[in-house]
Formats: sequence, structure tokens, C-alpha cells
Amino acid sequence: MLESLQDRLGRVVKTLRGEGHLTEYHIDNALREIRLALLEADVNVDVVRRFTSAVRERAVGKEVLSSVTPAQMVTKVVHDELKHLLGDSTTELSFKGRPAVVMLVGLQGSGKTTTAAKLACWVRDKKRLFPLLVPADTSRPAAREQLLVLGKQVNIPTVDTRELDDPETIARKGLREASIKGYQVLIFDTAGRLHVDDELMDELERLKTILKPQHILFVADAMTGQDAVRSAKAFHERLDVSGVVLTKLDGDARGGAALSVREVVGRPIVFAGIGERTDALEQFHPDRMAGRILGMGDVLTLVEKAQEVVDERKARRLEERLKKNAFDLEDLRDQLRSVRKMGPLQQVMDMLPGMGKMMPAGGIGEGQERTLMRMDAIICSMTPKERRHPQILNGSRKKRIAKGSGTSVEEINRLLRQYGQMRKLMKRLGKTNPRTLKRQLGIQ
Amino acid sequence: MARTMLEKLKKGLFMTHTEFLEKVGETFRRSGPVAPEQLDGLEDALIAADTGVELSLRLTDELREEVRSGRISSAEELRPAVRTRLLDLLRSTAEDAGEVTTGSPRITMLVGVNGTGKTTTAAKLAKRRREAGRSVLLAAADTFRAAAVEQLRVWADRLDVPLVHQAEGADPAAVVFDAIAAARARGIDEVIVDTAGRLHTRTNLMKELEKVRKVAEREVEGAPHEVLLVLDATTGSNGIEQAKRFGATAGVNGVVLTKLDGTAKGGVILAIAEGLGLPVRWVGVGEAADDLLPFDAEEFVDALLELS
Ligand SMILES: Nc1nc2c(ncn2[C@@H]2O[C@H](COP(=O)(O)OP(=O)(O)OP(=O)(O)O)[C@@H](O)[C@H]2O)c(=O)[nH]1
Ligand SMILES: [Mg+2]
Repeated sequence: MLESLQDRLGRVVKTLRGEGHLTEYHIDNALREIRLALLEADVNVDVVRRFTSAVRERAVGKEVLSSVTPAQMVTKVVHDELKHLLGDSTTELSFKGRPAVVMLVGLQGSGKTTTAAKLACWVRDKKRLFPLLVPADTSRPAAREQLLVLGKQVNIPTVDTRELDDPETIARKGLREASIKGYQVLIFDTAGRLHVDDELMDELERLKTILKPQHILFVADAMTGQDAVRSAKAFHERLDVSGVVLTKLDGDARGGAALSVREVVGRPIVFAGIGERTDALEQFHPDRMAGRILGMGDVLTLVEKAQEVVDERKARRLEERLKKNAFDLEDLRDQLRSVRKMGPLQQVMDMLPGMGKMMPAGGIGEGQERTLMRMDAIICSMTPKERRHPQILNGSRKKRIAKGSGTSVEEINRLLRQYGQMRKLMKRLGKTNPRTLKRQLGIQ
Repeated sequence: MARTMLEKLKKGLFMTHTEFLEKVGETFRRSGPVAPEQLDGLEDALIAADTGVELSLRLTDELREEVRSGRISSAEELRPAVRTRLLDLLRSTAEDAGEVTTGSPRITMLVGVNGTGKTTTAAKLAKRRREAGRSVLLAAADTFRAAAVEQLRVWADRLDVPLVHQAEGADPAAVVFDAIAAARARGIDEVIVDTAGRLHTRTNLMKELEKVRKVAEREVEGAPHEVLLVLDATTGSNGIEQAKRFGATAGVNGVVLTKLDGTAKGGVILAIAEGLGLPVRWVGVGEAADDLLPFDAEEFVDALLELS
């Protein structure tokens, strides 16, 4: 995601880094690049104009003069400004009221129904509250069936509204059901509609009056182009949207819509949708996103994700072993397996600094998955002793392993090399706290 | 073609006076010598219509050059110059594609990323084809998304068109195989295949689509006769990437631009036409079965530049 923006800003910053001091000429050069990069990333033209002038304002003048290296200063200004535009901190939804109502609104096809199911899972699994799904998209054929099926799949109570043909009646029924049965969070899925459709926008207003939602989330597709500003504005003007969910971020869209929507709505982006599965919903982290845009990777998200996947016990063992500097091939195998469990590899890779550039444009597909499986096979063909003491792996042992795992000595050597590098990195990571790590990676 | 597309477009897209139109209007309304800001404004306006940075810069750079060399000397000449360029671009796409007539039944596949309007377009297209006197069968090859088959079934019932489907999770290629057999058995002319939405970056899902295509290829000569990329008009530059990837794996030979009844301009089709030579066949202008209109380049450009 946002690769090209990353690359381009990376280049600009590099040019600036080569310079002894920063002149207006340099700033203008950088800004031109930044403008084009943002436009290519589909950030709205007007938003870009405001962004670059804000950066300029901040870059020329005192702040720069007093800085140690001008290049660092500009990088920081761009990063901060981007972060600021995306929202300065992470917003975590809280739920008050009985039930707390969340209404999902947006254009056709933006991903409301899938998001409703994901959000319900999040409410149940992360917030430990009881959600109730209420399908109220009465216009798209089988939209309510879709949510019913999803609800059943993930075991979340879903009101069967198929016999009702009016969203307002559905709203009342949902509220009644939630209060009788004591559900804490009511998630209301509405029909997709165009912001120019007055009749349907009126309907949303009426639904709002009935439901008195605590949150109205505007669901926006990350692939949206320049029009994002117009639709977001219209929905916001009518409904006073309280937050944004950005969907389909698992693709390669540059995601400039995030900046545009965020700017017009002025409300936080609370979630990022990163896949079709019901667990593919993440909290949106503006600072990480800004770091990611600037090519600094998303180390923190990765760490968090890894924490969820690697089971506690193994994690503790790993920590111990890192401290003792005893990370062996068995640990590597565990790591590889959890990386595979973490989901689409592309997603994981995107979070690692520098990885974005190393990967083929086509993304990570089965080829890389296969490599991971082969690595796994190699380690499995070793004796426990070899796994624990890889230094004893000589030529004949390697030949045996190659035969046993259906691989080659070359592949084994490559794996050992990677293991060596990883060990070095692990040693460093094990010692540093996240703050220092961020600084080392150039995020702060 | 009647001015139907334009009428529809005016109703939605161009009813709302946008910054884009104001900017273009402003640029075009002026007379006298061309001022540099006018070209900058045009550049922004093109970008604001999702025409893409590269193409917008190239177009305006060409115009700048013409102004510099004196071939364009007054502001009034700007509008026709842009118009001609945009039209040339759209017309450069192969007009003959989609006219393959070998093999029966004729197979049309609808492909694209999630939520662009594939299923709805399948239904709309079925209606169009039937109105053209052809018998049609719908194939529910989206076996992945929850209730996707149900959605198509509702359309099939509404339009009274036969539907071939299998259980959720079935192999989409098998559905297509069945559909072709059913069409043959019943002497049906056209099979319209609705496929599951997928991001073009998902290699394995793209392979699945390739497999669907191969089954059609193997079973019917010249098939799939049409593979249409269903593209949401609100899509930004990612549309180019979508066209590339779906083009490479699914063999896309035309585009359907949906949701033009909103305020989005769909300028990305210009970039797609330039980069990949893919023609736009249809535009979607609403959620009803009738809201599918043949694409007309001239109307599109005129509407875009408010020249009608
Ligand atoms: N306003 C408008 N809405 C449209 C148009 N075409 C489709 N839609 C709506 O867009 C939404 C998504 O359409 P679908 O046909 O389900 O899209 P899809 O590509 O099949 O979606 P998936 O199968 O989930 O990937 C529905 O609510 C449609 O009614 C159009 O031209 N204009
Ligand atoms: Mg569909």
C-alpha cells in the first residue's frame, strides 16, 4: 500500500540528505515531488494544495534554521504534517448506552455489510460486549441474507429482517430486540446510496432520529479517487458522521482517500479493513500510517499482530531465548509458522521497513508461501540436535537434510544465512525498547 | 445513438456543479491570450476528474507547447483542443473487440474488484441482450461471498432468466462448465457469468479466474467472447492497476463503468484507454435493470467538458 508515495518521498528525502544546508530551492523541489506523489496516491487536489502549503510554511523559517540537519527537519515536518492530517492519535471506539448503536453508512459497494460483521466480532472479542447485528439494506437484493449468513458463520446474533421492507420499522424492531434481550451494542447496516440521492439521504436522517446512534461510521473504499472528498462531505453534512472506516486496504491502492476523507470529515479514521475475512479489521493508527507513507514501515502493527498469533507460552519462551541469545532453528521454525499464520504474507511484508521495495510489483503470492513451506521442511528434516546447534551442520549432514526434505544444499545454506541475519537482528530487537527501536528505524 | 447517455449523465453527474466543471468552465470561458494559470487550472481540473497525474500532465504539457509555438493563440481554442485529444484517446481503443461471433453459446464474463457492480451489471446485461432478441442464461460463479448466489437469483427471478448455480464454496469453473452444458441443452444463445469480487493483488484468486476462463475457452470456440472489467467510476488511479492485472489474467477486452449517476467523473477510463487500449462498452447509471447504457465517447467527453 502507498508504495509509490513511499518511494518518491524516500527519493526526495535522500536528495535533501545529500545537501549541506536547506535552501528555498530545495524545499520547492521537495514540495513538487511531494505534490505529485500525493496526487498519484489519489489525495484530493485541494487537500494536496493545503498540505504542501502547510509544509512549506513550516519548513521555511525558524524551525529549519534552528535544526541540526535541514534534511531531517523537512522529513520531520512532512511526517508530522501527514500524521496531523491523518489524525494525531489512535481513536478507540467506546460504547455507552443500552444498547449503544453504531450505524454504518456509505456509497454502494464500499463494504458496509462485511464491515458490520467484522465490527461485531471486534466488539465481542476485543471489547467483551454482546453485539447484535441488524441488517437494514432493503434495497440490494439478498443484502440481508448476506449479513445473516455472516452472522451465523461467526456466531453473532443477527435479527432476521427479511420480512420487513422498511428500514425504519427494522430500526425499531432492532432496538426492541436489543433492549429486551440485553444486547449492549447494536450494529445497524444500511443500504448503500449516492450522496446526490436526496430521498435516500432523507431516509438516513430519519433512521438517525429513531436510532440515536452513538457512532455513525462512514465506510469508504481505499481505492476511491478524487470523488472521496465530495461524497464524504455530503454524508457528513447530512449526518454528522462520527468516524470513518477505510476498507480494502489490503490491496495496492495508494490510499490517498484516507487523507482526503479525514480532512473533510475532520473525524478520526477508526478502523482499517484489510481483507474479506471477518477478522480482517484493524484499528487505524494515524502515526503508523504516516510512518508507512514515508517508507518507514509499520513495525508496531507487525509486533502487535505477531503477539496475537504466537501463543503466549511460545512468546515467553522466545523472549527468554532472545535474552539468553539462544535463538535456534526450532525457534525459527516456530517463527516461520506464525508468519504463515499471520495471514497474507503481503500484509506482513508491507509492515516491515524497506520490505515494500524488495518485493516484486505483483505482490507476494504462492511462490513466497512455497518458500516458507520449503524452509519448514528443511528444519523438520534436521535432528533435534542439529536444530539446537546449527553450527554442527557440515556438508554430509546438509546433503542428508536436502534429500530428506526434497530441497537442495543451496537452499539449506540460504536458510542458514538468513537465520544468521535474523539472529543478529533479534539480538538487537531483544535489547531495545520500542521507543528506541522506532528511533533507530528513523521514525522519530 | 440517441442522446440517452448524456441525458442520464446530466441528471446525476453534471447536475451538481463541481469544482472541476467550474474550473474547466473558468478556463474555457476566458477569451484573449492564454494565461499560464489557465493551463495550470486545466491540469488540476483533469486530475480532479481522476484522469491520472501522468496523462493530465502530458495533455497539458502538449497544450503548453502548442501555446508556446503559437499554434494555439487564444483561450477559445483550448476547449476544442482538449476535446479532440480526449476523443482521439478514446477512439484509439479497438472498436472491433467483442464482435467475435464464433462458437455458441456466446459467453460474457464480468470481473472486477469487490463491490464494483458485477452482479447488478450481469442482470442489466441479461436484460439488454434479451431485448436484442437473444436468449440468456445467468451463471452464478461467485461461490465465495455470502449470499452472492441469492442476490443473482433475485435478479434472475425478476427478469425471468434461467440461473445456473451450485452450492456456496463450489468451484466457479465447474459452475461455468454446468452453465455451458445447460445452455447447449436448452439451445440458449448467451451465457453471462457473474464472478466473485477479488482484489487483483490476490494471486491465488486471480489464478482461479484464469481457470474459469480456461474452461470457457476449452468448451466453446472463441469463448469467452467478452470479458468485461466492471469498474466503479469513483475509483482513482488504482483502476489502472486493476485493468492491467485483470487484463493479464482474465483476458479483459472491455470495460463497464458503473455508478456514473454519482458525482464521480470516471476519468480513469481515459488513462486506461491510453495505457491499455481497452474500450469502454457500457456505463452504469443506477441500480435498476434498465440503468445500463452503451458508452458513447463523444457524449462522455462533451459531458466531461460540459460542451453539449
Ligand atoms: N448508483 C449506482 N449503484 C450501482 C450501480 N451498479 C451497481 N450499483 C450498486 O452497487 C452495489 C454493489 O453492486 P453489486 O452488483 O453487488 O457489486 P459486485 O461487484 O457484484 O459486488 P461483489 O460481488 O460483492 O464484489 C449494489 O448496491 C448495487 O445496487 C450503478 O451504476 N449506479
Ligand atoms: Mg457480486
